[in-house]
Amino acid sequence: MFEPRIVAFCCHYCAYSAADLAGSMRLQYAPNIRVVEMPCSGTIDARVILAAFEDGADGVYVAGCLEGDCHFLKGNFRAKKRVHHVKKLLDDIGLGGERLEFYNLSAAMGTRFAEIANEMTERIRNLGPSPLKAKEVAGA
Amino acid sequence: MIVAEQKPFAEIAGFVADCNKILVAGCLGCVAVCLAGGEKETEILAAALRMHRRLQGRPLETVTYAATRQCDPEYVDAMADLVKDVDAVVSLACGVGVQYIAERYPDKWVVPALNTRFVGGSVAQGVWEERCGLCGECILHKTGGICPIIRCSKSLLNGPCGGSQYGKCEISKDVPCAWQLIYDRMKALGKLEWLLEYQPPKDWSKSRDGGPRKAVREDATI
Amino acid sequence: MNLTTESRLEKLLRRGEFVVTAEIGPPQHASAHEIVHHARMLKDYVDATNITDCQTAVVRLSSFAAAVHILREGLEPIMQMTCRDRNRIAMQSDLLGAYSLGIRNLLCLTGDHQSFGNHPTAKNVHDLDSIQLINMVKRMRDDRVFACGEPIKEHEPRFFIGAAANPFADPFEFRVVRLEKKINAGAQFIQTQCIFDLERFSRFMEMAVERGLHERAYILAGLTPIKSIGAARYMQKNVPGMIVPEELVQRLRKAKDDGKNVADEGVDICVEFINEVRKIKGVAGVHIMAIAWEEIVPTIVQKAGLYPRPKAD
Repeated sequence: MFEPRIVAFCCHYCAYSAADLAGSMRLQYAPNIRVVEMPCSGTIDARVILAAFEDGADGVYVAGCLEGDCHFLKGNFRAKKRVHHVKKLLDDIGLGGERLEFYNLSAAMGTRFAEIANEMTERIRNLGPSPLKAKEVAGA
Repeated sequence: MIVAEQKPFAEIAGFVADCNKILVAGCLGCVAVCLAGGEKETEILAAALRMHRRLQGRPLETVTYAATRQCDPEYVDAMADLVKDVDAVVSLACGVGVQYIAERYPDKWVVPALNTRFVGGSVAQGVWEERCGLCGECILHKTGGICPIIRCSKSLLNGPCGGSQYGKCEISKDVPCAWQLIYDRMKALGKLEWLLEYQPPKDWSKSRDGGPRKAVREDATI
Repeated sequence: MNLTTESRLEKLLRRGEFVVTAEIGPPQHASAHEIVHHARMLKDYVDATNITDCQTAVVRLSSFAAAVHILREGLEPIMQMTCRDRNRIAMQSDLLGAYSLGIRNLLCLTGDHQSFGNHPTAKNVHDLDSIQLINMVKRMRDDRVFACGEPIKEHEPRFFIGAAANPFADPFEFRVVRLEKKINAGAQFIQTQCIFDLERFSRFMEMAVERGLHERAYILAGLTPIKSIGAARYMQKNVPGMIVPEELVQRLRKAKDDGKNVADEGVDICVEFINEVRKIKGVAGVHIMAIAWEEIVPTIVQKAGLYPRPKAD
């Protein structure tokens, strides 16, 4: 059974706090995600996302605050635009933009955090392992 | 600055389809400012090409380098060691940089990753517009600082034409009529009577029509 | 009479006649039979006719060639030349050729941008603008020089020079200033963009008369009969520099609802406009642009009481 490896870039003020809350609430959710904390989702860079895929991630998502609530005011808007740009690039590359996503949530949304983790894991499970990995194994 | 935009990914991938190792060379000049070919864009393109080729089962090795500029020979010379062992150089500079690399390394295949679009500046974050017509004989003092050669779609010197309406050029609602802008500006400056003066035909030989141009500062040559 | 050229149109205007000019749009093919047909039809009803030069940047049989065909039918042509497709070398060359074939009237225009036409990827020229073109043609005639300053040793082309004016474009206050610039450069007759907003046209003429422009050039009021509500809407929305008041469109709609033929109403409106502009000081004639409906011009001319046309000699 294929277990997706997903990297979740979470902003400190909302998404990461929501992750903590999910923990305190003892919520069970897919263990497939690796959380990477960022000061703000707006610090996400296309290079980091591509590096994640190049190094073997099957899926990546970026999670930031709800629109209007970003601690740095517009960081989450910038992040959303950048993520959508990289999704198109992933389509051009042939990997598929569906493997990347952007989510908004607040620090109080522990349940939503778990939901997103499950949602993305399911999506990637259905898509299958990243074809980049398969090629790497085949070529080795 | 010179404003350029990256070519569609598929087109660039097509250029290097037969290569095994490439140098992806960015430029920290104009193209970095207009977010088309700076260090970041260079690394992104290199990663994208590597991933794309890995998916095809034909791995591509990439070397990235961001030149200070690609339009000065010294900076292009500095790439020599990197250029040596690659099958092609993908230049993310404007057309000038691509040509400089090609001229300096004539036995190496050099391809452009960008389409050089125009000479202009930023108007908002992420938005650039054309401003200078490169006509070789600047008349901005006569037009309130607005270039009629390039901002007027018909390069009129005695504009506006009959298609100017509501301050817009006939070609698009998104293009302001340069002569409306000139009129408003000269009016505000109290110099409206300048616009009554007949502007004679332009000497286009000073522009690209005269052939490739050259500029020399004798006192700066060695 | 101080005639500057052999133009029949100039002769009539200087004599004080209220002139009528029309417009023919050449075909998108290489036969002149439609042009000849229109020329024969218009001959007795207008004093001269324009032939458009790749209007809206769509490739058509050239104004130059069409003018020659029309001349052969005994109708006076007004050749049109835009700045979009030719540089000053080609322009002067065409002018020498046109004059040698008997063409005596030239309307100097900027030209619609090529993005409007069927060859939007073409390079545009705009070596000169319309005012520079006017001046160049004037100097060829009066100073006997080419644009570069070299003398034309003999047989200089002597055109009666026309220009366009658009009272409906912006900036409005500057339009009359630009008209003056054209007249200063050498324009002798003016044809305006078609008028549907009489009020604006009157204001424009007031400003022109104030500057004495009507005494230096003959201003012809441009008019177009509307054939259908669709045509009115198209002109309202898609043609740059044109104003079609909503009341006019509503009048056509009402006519349709009353069971009348919209085209007939369009003709009536045109005739009414002719009668109105005749009353405006400074208007020396009308320019009826009935593109793709040239057949209606004789009807309009008759209904407006402008038939028969005066003889030139």
